[in-house]
Amino acid sequence: MARRLPRKDVVIVGLGWTGSIMALELARIGLEVVAIERGPWRDTAADFNIGTAPDELRYAVRHDLFLRPKQETLTMRNNPSQTALPIRKWGSFLPGNGVGGAGVHWNGQTWRFLPDDFRIRSHMIERYGEGILPDGDHIQDWPVSYDELEPYYDKFEYVAGISGKAGNIKGVKQAGGNAFEGARDRDYPTPPMKQGYAQDLFTKAASGLGYHPFPRPSANISVAYTNPYGCSMAPCTYCGFCERFGCANYSKSSPQTCVLPALIREPTFEARTDSEVTKVNLSKDGKTATGVTYVDLNGEEWEQPADLVLVCAYSLFNVRLLLLSGIGKPYDPSSNEGVVGRNYAYQTGSGSTAFFEDAKFNPFAAAGSLGAAMDDYNGDNFDHGPHGFVGGASITCAYTNGRPIQYHPTPQGTPTWGSQWKKAVHETYQRVTNVGAQGSVMSYRNNYLDLDPTYKDPLGRPLMRMTFDYQENERKMANWMADRCDEIAKAMGAKTTQINRLNGPWSVVPYQSTHNTGGAVMGSDPKNSVLNRYLQSWDVSNVFVMGASAFPQNAGYNPTGTVGALTYWSLDAIRKYLKSPAPLMRL
Amino acid sequence: MRRMIRGILVLVAFVFVLAAAGSAVAEPDNYVDAVRGKALATAGDCIACHTAPGGKPFAGGFALQTPFGPIMTPNLTPDDATGIGRWSKDNFARAVHEGRRPDGAYLYPAFPYPYYTKVTRRDTDAIYDYLRSLAPVSNAVNRSTLPFPFNIRRSMWGWNLLYFTPGYFVADPKRSEEFNRGAYLVEGLGHCGACHTPLNVFGANKADQYLQGNQIDNWIAPNITNDPQAGLGNWSTDDIVQYLRNGQTRTSLASGPMKDVIENSTSKMPDADLKAMAVYLKERGAAGPSVPQPIPASDPQMKIGAAIFTDTCSACHASGGTGVEHLFPRLAGNAIVRQDDPSSLIHIILTGGRATGTEARPTSPAMPSLGYRLNDSQVAAVVTYIRNSWGNAPSRVDADAVRALRDRVSAGGN
Repeated sequence: MARRLPRKDVVIVGLGWTGSIMALELARIGLEVVAIERGPWRDTAADFNIGTAPDELRYAVRHDLFLRPKQETLTMRNNPSQTALPIRKWGSFLPGNGVGGAGVHWNGQTWRFLPDDFRIRSHMIERYGEGILPDGDHIQDWPVSYDELEPYYDKFEYVAGISGKAGNIKGVKQAGGNAFEGARDRDYPTPPMKQGYAQDLFTKAASGLGYHPFPRPSANISVAYTNPYGCSMAPCTYCGFCERFGCANYSKSSPQTCVLPALIREPTFEARTDSEVTKVNLSKDGKTATGVTYVDLNGEEWEQPADLVLVCAYSLFNVRLLLLSGIGKPYDPSSNEGVVGRNYAYQTGSGSTAFFEDAKFNPFAAAGSLGAAMDDYNGDNFDHGPHGFVGGASITCAYTNGRPIQYHPTPQGTPTWGSQWKKAVHETYQRVTNVGAQGSVMSYRNNYLDLDPTYKDPLGRPLMRMTFDYQENERKMANWMADRCDEIAKAMGAKTTQINRLNGPWSVVPYQSTHNTGGAVMGSDPKNSVLNRYLQSWDVSNVFVMGASAFPQNAGYNPTGTVGALTYWSLDAIRKYLKSPAPLMRL
Repeated sequence: MRRMIRGILVLVAFVFVLAAAGSAVAEPDNYVDAVRGKALATAGDCIACHTAPGGKPFAGGFALQTPFGPIMTPNLTPDDATGIGRWSKDNFARAVHEGRRPDGAYLYPAFPYPYYTKVTRRDTDAIYDYLRSLAPVSNAVNRSTLPFPFNIRRSMWGWNLLYFTPGYFVADPKRSEEFNRGAYLVEGLGHCGACHTPLNVFGANKADQYLQGNQIDNWIAPNITNDPQAGLGNWSTDDIVQYLRNGQTRTSLASGPMKDVIENSTSKMPDADLKAMAVYLKERGAAGPSVPQPIPASDPQMKIGAAIFTDTCSACHASGGTGVEHLFPRLAGNAIVRQDDPSSLIHIILTGGRATGTEARPTSPAMPSLGYRLNDSQVAAVVTYIRNSWGNAPSRVDADAVRALRDRVSAGGN
């Protein structure tokens, strides 16, 4: 029997980017806020010592910062006709664990989605007609526009100190920035990172082909910066230990560097770590959340009553918590009814590996978001008419790292061990680069999340089941992008190239992307969305759900910039909600 | 209704009578004094010594380490049995001004009454009012932890005769009001000299070397006279205010014991008082060692130090020792680096540490411990290099000095 704790104004589930921003802003207006986090406390000073932080074996290979499958895992299958089996070792994606969440171990690429991405369904139909939409699609417009989100993108970028070059300030195009981006009110808070030789080659080649390359916006920041919360960051040292690592140099934007130092000073804030929320509790009529139940490290069960419940866990676990709590109707693909778990989407990766004869690249001088990119083939920045697919990709030449254990690309056909392999690694290490396309994934009737009928977690609760595969539309798009990448790689002067296509069913084994989106999407209609435009639950008005679980489908970008913008957007709405608690949207 | 109100009034009166009978309740009309007293207790940083690790604020029980043995600090909450619940205003004022308990027994100058004696009676009364407004905490503290012969409190009679001049602060009419306010705070409640002035063998501050720097707990409390080499000569008044309020300037960050002073005390003081202290420190004069010649870069120890610095330090402190503003201290021209005594520099390399975190500058960055991978001569070389590069020029440091400090900090846990 859960022991009942004194009531709080706000309970936050998960203390990552969204949870920490919410906690700080709401504690600052005097609310009693408690954040309950499944994993341990982590901060830069105590956990990311420069002497031990760049430990590839511990962090990259043995997944020190990630969720252990024994804490929670998922079952997966490619389509509803299969039987899903549990993921016993994380592979395709790596959910974080502990304070800071994915904001600790991310690479730091911080994008804004394109204005058209937010009204993709209407836009595509207007330009190409209904016929452009793929079979079985659930593509839907966002209930919020780019212009509405712009001030909140700005807010997040200035909190995170993002390094980049504006391409469009108040409608005026800016040389050197992204020519396709939506108008922004002002430039990035810090200038772009220094690019390497490969990026210079890419920029020249892409420009020569008529494209519009620019330095990619980065949370590995270029110069010293102090954000509006007073938190300070140091210039990136290009050590290349970003993704899967905490940054010891205070150079990567994270809750640890950008929010927590201010948050822990708030007297009305409390964090409870190593405590897993098992359920959002509801009133008898199911219309109001009364708080949450959680289990601490000793297996003790507690009830934390609260007036406002903010679900701020990783996107997949937000969806599971809603399903386990009975908030919103679970999605059923056979009847195509229900909403929770609907519109799960992901990300595509394809491109071309470029082998050079004379070039000498330094992949070890890298950073998670170092790179030159182009958006000529993202969103609807190009004519989709001849291609027969929806969506696009950002094309990038980047080095995120050149680490000794896991970074040793070799040409196809090289043995995987032995002296021939060693020779190939030695010859290739500084002569290879990559032109990659990170693409959008649309939402479909048969890509979804629900509770598994068979497998359970250590607390006896059903695991979540992921049913997902890339659809024809995504394969077509990603493979068309791979050809474009290959053309650029050749124009850069590569002697040989190797095209990386998106073939075969999606597999959970090789790492691909931790950009799992959807499942608790925002929308204008409760029939096809879990949340209204303010990220407020349609069904339980004192529950708000943050994160990429709200994306109706995924764009050709990393999600964190948009997650940050939505958080500040929702925060403004929550401030209004607090004055008269009620549904913010009336139907 | 009327009867009900009368009933309530009677009840309220009764409660007041009860309250008045309990000696641990503050007078009802001294709210303003208590608030003023809180600010003064903050300026005096009383909480730092009178709070045990993990204990209730002001409830005492902190083991203050002195060269003569540990002294457990007393409970300042208004608890009758274990705190100052039965102390009168006069009792309190006598303790602060004269270093004597209500029964006449001598207090030890680990309690900085040689400084607090300068505090006005009006201010000690306000601090008393504030302490009386706290909730009483029952915390019996063993007040007899000093070994023989230092446990003989009467011996302090002689100490006081030699080293203690009781008396309220006297303003210098030739100086500005601001200077005098600063002097009052620095020399009195702030008791800055307690750490920043060298001690004689009897644990008394050397009056002729006031504020010229002192080693304390294996850290150096630097020279805070206006000396350009080792002191505040190159700091502006605003730098000092920033440092005391935020724990840092653009190039320098507080760590070691000063971190606690700033977090508990100066960061919570009004800007006008910080400015007054800065004006006093800048205007009262300079004293320090003569400027030595730097050791040339060609010196073998300097070469080793340069190599270690490049490998181990430069990613954060930058190759020119310029640091990163608000995060990693600038080493060129750094006051801690330029002290004749290298203790703080060696200490922080061996053990690492955290810089101050304040409301304005919350990050509180960390310096990692390098003691596990640099041996004594390597630490000596890099310290010598840092102390003799970029315009810095204090004396060479040898491995023995590092070894001695390493032994002390690993034994004492500092």
